[in-house]
Amino acid sequence: MSVVTNTTTIGAIDLPSRRNTELALLGFAVAIAVFAYANVGLAINGELPSGMLGYGLGLSLLAGVGHMAVRRYAKYADPLLLPLATLLNGVGLAFIWRLDQSERFQALKTFAPAASKQLMYSAVGVALFVAVLLLLKDHRILQRYTYISMVLALFLLVLPMFFPAVNGAKIWISLGPFSIQPGEFAKIIIAIFFSGYLMVKRDALALASRRFMGLYLPRGRDLGPILVVWAISILILVFETDLGTSLLFFGMFVVMLYVATERTSWIVFGLMMSAAGAVGVASFEPHVQQRVTAWLDPFAGWGKEAASEQIAKSLMAFGSGGTLGTGLGQGHSDLIGFAANSDFILATVGEELGLAGMMAFLLIYGLIVERGVRTALAARDPFGKLLAIGLSGAFAIQVFVVAGGVMGLIPLTGMTMPFIAQGGSSVIANWALVGILIRISDTARRPAPAPAPSPDAEMTQVVRP
Amino acid sequence: MSELTLTVMRLGFLAVLWLFVIVAVQVIRSDLFGTRVTQRGSRRENARPQQAARQQAAAPPQQRQQSGRQRRGAPTKLVVSEGTLTGTTVALQGQTITLGRAHDSTIVLDDDYASSRHARIYPDRDGQWIVEDLGSTNGTYLDRTRLTTPTPIPLGAPIRIGKTVIELRK
Repeated sequence: MSVVTNTTTIGAIDLPSRRNTELALLGFAVAIAVFAYANVGLAINGELPSGMLGYGLGLSLLAGVGHMAVRRYAKYADPLLLPLATLLNGVGLAFIWRLDQSERFQALKTFAPAASKQLMYSAVGVALFVAVLLLLKDHRILQRYTYISMVLALFLLVLPMFFPAVNGAKIWISLGPFSIQPGEFAKIIIAIFFSGYLMVKRDALALASRRFMGLYLPRGRDLGPILVVWAISILILVFETDLGTSLLFFGMFVVMLYVATERTSWIVFGLMMSAAGAVGVASFEPHVQQRVTAWLDPFAGWGKEAASEQIAKSLMAFGSGGTLGTGLGQGHSDLIGFAANSDFILATVGEELGLAGMMAFLLIYGLIVERGVRTALAARDPFGKLLAIGLSGAFAIQVFVVAGGVMGLIPLTGMTMPFIAQGGSSVIANWALVGILIRISDTARRPAPAPAPSPDAEMTQVVRP
Repeated sequence: MSELTLTVMRLGFLAVLWLFVIVAVQVIRSDLFGTRVTQRGSRRENARPQQAARQQAAAPPQQRQQSGRQRRGAPTKLVVSEGTLTGTTVALQGQTITLGRAHDSTIVLDDDYASSRHARIYPDRDGQWIVEDLGSTNGTYLDRTRLTTPTPIPLGAPIRIGKTVIELRK
């Protein structure tokens, strides 16, 4: 008898679609969002908000439409992505509405009620989500557009350069009454290019290397792509003074390069290059310099420097929240003033829900990323794997960059928290991102088609003794 | 609004938020699809039914009479009792189980004496499990006899393929 003992049991391979689990979780998510809305109304005005029914119905409608689209067009998709995104979007709307209610916030010059607008943008986002599921029957189609997406993404990244800077950073393009942040869309399109490109080049990048001090050093000519991407991110940083997009763009490439080649050396190179680039640019670019000083000592600029005062106020909001928070609608995060409902919305979460709520939110973001990585693991084709990893990596980097900036861990960058923060481009682009992830996970989790019978195999295969 | 209500709502909201996170994690846990891994019993327990099987195999006609709807004595799992895959079990749920070195087999035999498509085990219309040799080089043996036609498998009878021994158990 063989000594090897194997304890594997192969269960029935009968994949449930899990759509009902998704529906139940969606109901739960909508209920939490409505609870948040009601709580804000009770705390601020002492009564249930009049728009509660409309808000609840609107959000349920969005969730329902999203769910029906998944049920119809992506039957085997991951059951968690949609409810998690819906929860973040719904609670984010409640937070934006809460800041709309604040008198201090209303007194600002830049004030405009944002909640109803954001609900509309969410609807556009969900429409785009449905469109992705409807039109993108197979994510591998995107592979055909590898180089077109490169051109498109570069175009989108370069475009804001020709528009006037808004609050020091050129990340906006304005089309009549609308202003769009093309960087949010570029991150999805660039992921398509990176996956298509790395899928073809991964072997050259992974195998042709020398070993040195436990690291695989790539050949000089293989450093080409990473140097080009690095140069582009530096250019974005210099000409658009946008640290966030630059970091997201480069970080995403390094993550995907690492996943495609399994070489730790890329991470080491990436970290060194981004550090060198950031330090180099900070030495001569005043906007970036200002952000770095604001990060190093936010309280030094109190009363003098708006940017560092904002970070200081955000830190104070987190501090006054404590462990359990002040309760929804009872904090003073509106003191942050401008951008309190977009870049700094996490400060409101931190103050009103405390550390406990903040952790829950970060976990929910983490779960979305985890589902994305899980999708990448389960995907059967290398392009799908890389695309899923790229999109969830971009999502993770964005959450890290924003949360880190607001909490004073890294210099503030001026990106939006996905789904929670006010901002149309962000919410629309992130719904599209979730749509693509759901499409890939549907393909990945669909029961494998029966292998094609090969009649010749029996005859040609050499059977050993 | 009274202070108490707001405090209850504040803590209630945090509780609900965390409940959502926990439910989501539970969904992930139950979502680990594909091969379900279970610990098999100790080796001693494993060996005993094998002996009982030999005795049972002596009286196969009796068993065949019982065929029909799902009998009480119907096997529920297939167990590999010898060979490199020892301990592997496959739940019998009406599906055809293919054995061989080919990668798309239900049980991929890592056995030099097995053919790539060696044998298959499937239920007939009455729910009786049948083993059929698929033209293998070294043959499939039910107990000591080399199979020439599809043959019903008595409960616990050893099916030998190369160094691998498989049996059906309750």
